[in-house]
Amino acid sequence: MWTSVLIAVVVLLALAVIFGGLLGFASEHFKVEGNPLVEQIDSMLPQTQCGQCGFPGCRPYAESIANGDAINKCPPGGETTIRALADLLDVEPQPLDAEHGVEQAKRVALIREDECIGCTKCIQACPVDAILGAAKQMHTVIESECTGCDLCVDPCPVDCIDMITIEPDIRSWTWTPPKSGIIATDRAGASA
Amino acid sequence: MTQLWDFSGGIHPDENKHLSTARPIEQPSLPDRLILPLQQHIGAPAETCVSVGERVLKGQVIATVTDAIGVPVHAPTSGTIEAISMHPVPHPSGMSDQCIILVPDGLDEWTERDAIADYHSMDRDAILERIRDYGVAGLGGAGFPTNIKLRPPRDRKVSTLILNGAECEPYITADDMTMRERADEIVSGLRIMAWILRPERCVIAIEDNKPEAIKAVKKATENTRTEVVVIPTRYPSGGEKQLIQILTGMEVPSGGIPADIGVMCQNTGTAIAVSRAIHRGEPLISRVTTITGRALSNPGTYDVLLGTPIEHLLAQAGVDKQQLNRLILGGPMMGYTLETPGIPVVKTTNCVIAATAEELPAPPPEQPCIRCGMCAEACPMELLPQQLFWHSRAGELEKAEHLNLFDCIECGVCSYVCPSSIPLVQYYRAAKGEIRVQQAEHLKADRARERFEARQARLEREQQEKEQRKKDRAKAAAEAQAKKQAETEIAEAGGQPADDRAAKSTLVEEALARKKAKAAAKTANEATSPNTAVADAAPLDLEALEKQLSQATAKLNTMQSMLEDAKAESADNVEKLERAVAKNHDRVKRAEQALAEARN
Repeated sequence: MWTSVLIAVVVLLALAVIFGGLLGFASEHFKVEGNPLVEQIDSMLPQTQCGQCGFPGCRPYAESIANGDAINKCPPGGETTIRALADLLDVEPQPLDAEHGVEQAKRVALIREDECIGCTKCIQACPVDAILGAAKQMHTVIESECTGCDLCVDPCPVDCIDMITIEPDIRSWTWTPPKSGIIATDRAGASA
Repeated sequence: MTQLWDFSGGIHPDENKHLSTARPIEQPSLPDRLILPLQQHIGAPAETCVSVGERVLKGQVIATVTDAIGVPVHAPTSGTIEAISMHPVPHPSGMSDQCIILVPDGLDEWTERDAIADYHSMDRDAILERIRDYGVAGLGGAGFPTNIKLRPPRDRKVSTLILNGAECEPYITADDMTMRERADEIVSGLRIMAWILRPERCVIAIEDNKPEAIKAVKKATENTRTEVVVIPTRYPSGGEKQLIQILTGMEVPSGGIPADIGVMCQNTGTAIAVSRAIHRGEPLISRVTTITGRALSNPGTYDVLLGTPIEHLLAQAGVDKQQLNRLILGGPMMGYTLETPGIPVVKTTNCVIAATAEELPAPPPEQPCIRCGMCAEACPMELLPQQLFWHSRAGELEKAEHLNLFDCIECGVCSYVCPSSIPLVQYYRAAKGEIRVQQAEHLKADRARERFEARQARLEREQQEKEQRKKDRAKAAAEAQAKKQAETEIAEAGGQPADDRAAKSTLVEEALARKKAKAAAKTANEATSPNTAVADAAPLDLEALEKQLSQATAKLNTMQSMLEDAKAESADNVEKLERAVAKNHDRVKRAEQALAEARN
C-alpha cells in the first residue's frame, strides 16, 4: 500500500518538475516585448498628439490607461474612442471629461502666409512635422498631415494661424442611414 | 445553342420599357449652356486646360488628366468658355463640384479629326492611349476609364469578352435603342476590343425582352465568330457578376475583378465610343440617354451632348410640372432622387425618370423585420441581408464586414421584396461609407503616429548628438590643458624638446642668441671704424627707403581703385576701405619724409 502512495507522490512530483521547467522556459523564451495592451489602446486613440489629455502624446496616455487611468480624457477621439476603449477594457463607458476639452469637428491649421514672419516657432511645436518652412521664410501647413491638434496656434507671435473646420465635400460624402422613427400607424395618425 | 447557367435570387419588376422605345433615337436641340464636370467617373478629376472667354471647337480637349486613372474632358460642341466654377453635379449628395461652363455658338465646328484607317498595323498600347485621350470611360455604370480596364494585369489572360446588352433595370432603354440602331458600330467597337485583348470567345448578351435589338445585333454579327446570347429576363441579370455567372457558370471571387477568372464585361455604348475614337477620330462627347416617366408627354431615347442640363431634356420631352413628383437619375432600382433638374448629363447618365406620384409613390414607412427571409432568397449575391441589416443598424460594422458586406452590389432587390418595406440597401450603403471613413481615419492616424514617432526619435538623436559634442569639446579642452602642462614641465626640467612647439621655441632662442652676438660684433666694429660705417650705411638706407616708398604708393593706388569700385557698387565695406586708404596715405607720407631726411 505504501508503495502505491510513494509511486503516486513520485509521479506527481516528477510531473510538477517537468511542467514547472516547461513554463519557466516558455516565460523566458516567448516573452512579449512591452505591453500588448498598450499597443491596442494606442491604435484606438486618434493620434492627434495634441496633449489635451495631459500626457505628451497619444502613446503615454495609452500607457497610463493600461495602468488604470480614466478612458474619457481624449476630446479628439470623442464618444467613438471612449466606446471602443470601454469595449476593449471591459469597463463602463463614461462621458467625455469636460476638463480636458470638448469634442469638435475635424479641423486643420492654416497659416495666413502673408502675415507669417518666419519665426519657426510653430514648426517646433508641431508634433507630427506637418509644418514646412525655414527661418525668415514663409511657413505653410501640409494639410494632409495636419492632425488639427491646435499646438501651433499659441506659440505664433503674430497670431497668423487659423484652425479651419473641414467642410464635407463631394469626395468625402457618404450615405447616411435612413431615419426610422415612425411606424405605419403613426403616419396614418399624423396625416389625419 | 450556348449553354446558360443560373444565378440565385433576382426579381421580375414591372419593366415600363415600352414608354421610351416607341420612337427612334432623337437628337435634342442645343441647350443655352453645357455644364461639364471635371470628374465624371472613378479616378482623379481632370485639370482644366482652357481659360474663361476662350473659344473652343467641337472635340477639343478642355481638361486633361495628369494621373494614371482618369480621362480627359472634350468640348461637346464649339463655343466659348463662360466660366470654370462650382456647379451641382450628378451625385447622390446633391453637392457641387468644379465644372467648365460652355456656351455653344451654334456653329458646331469640329476640331481636326484624325481617324485611324488600319489599327491592326498599330501598337496595342498606342490604341489604348488613344482610347484614353479620346475620353472613353465605361458608359454602363461606374464609368471606369476604359483604357485601364482593357489592360488587365499581366498574369491575367482574358479568355471571354462579354458585351453587356442585358439592360435589366426597368425603364432604361438606352442600350436597347442603341443596339437596334447602331449594331454595326457596336460590332466594330467589339472587334477593336477583341483585337486588344485576344480572347477565345466574344459574347454579346441580350435579355429576351428586346427582340428587335437581338435581330439587329444578330444581323450585324452574321458570318463572324461573335456569339449573340439571348438570356432570360430577370433583374439583375445585367449586373456584371450575375451576367458572368449566366454565361460562364463561374463566380467572380469576393473582392476580386472579373479578369481574375479570365472574363471581361464591357457596355455596348462603350463599344461605340471605342469604335468612334478609332474609326472616326471622334472623342466621347455624347451618349444615348433614356428620358422617361409618366410625367412626360414625349418620353424617348435621346442622343445627348455631354453637359446638357437635365431640365433642358425634360422640356424637350414635354414635362408636365404639375404631374412631376420625383426626378430619378438612373433606374428605379439603383438610381437616386435628384434635388435639382439643373444638373448635367455626364458619361455615366443612362436614364432620367420623371415620375408621377402614382408611378413611384413615396416608400411606406419602415416596419420591424419579421425574419421572413425573403431578402435572403432574392439576394443575387447569396448574402445574408437580414444579418447585414442588424449589424449595419447596430453599428457593428466589423461583423457586417465579416459577412461580406462589400460584396453587396446594391441592386436593391432586398428592399424591393421586403414586406416590412425596410430600405435595406440604404443601411448597407451607409455602413459601407462608414467603414470606408473609419479605414481612412485609421490610415491617417497610423501615418500621424509614424510621423510623431519619427519626430521623437529625431529630437532624441539631436539631443544625444549635442551632448556628445559637448563631451567631445570638454575632452579636447582637457587634453590640450594636459599637454600644455606636460610641455611646461618638460621645459622646466630642461629636458629634450618634446615636440615642434618646443623645438620652435628653442630655435627662436638660438636665433636671438645669434643676433645678440652679431650686434655685439657690430658695435665692436663701429667702435673701431665709425666713418666707414656711416658712409656705407647711407646708400643702403636710401635704396631701402625708395623701395618702401614705391611699395606704399602702389598699395595706396590699389586701395584707392578698390574704394572707387566699392563706392560705385555701394558695397557695405566702403567705410573699411576708406579707413585703409587713409592709413596708406599716412604710410606714403612717412616714407617720403624718411627718404627726404636720408637724402639731406
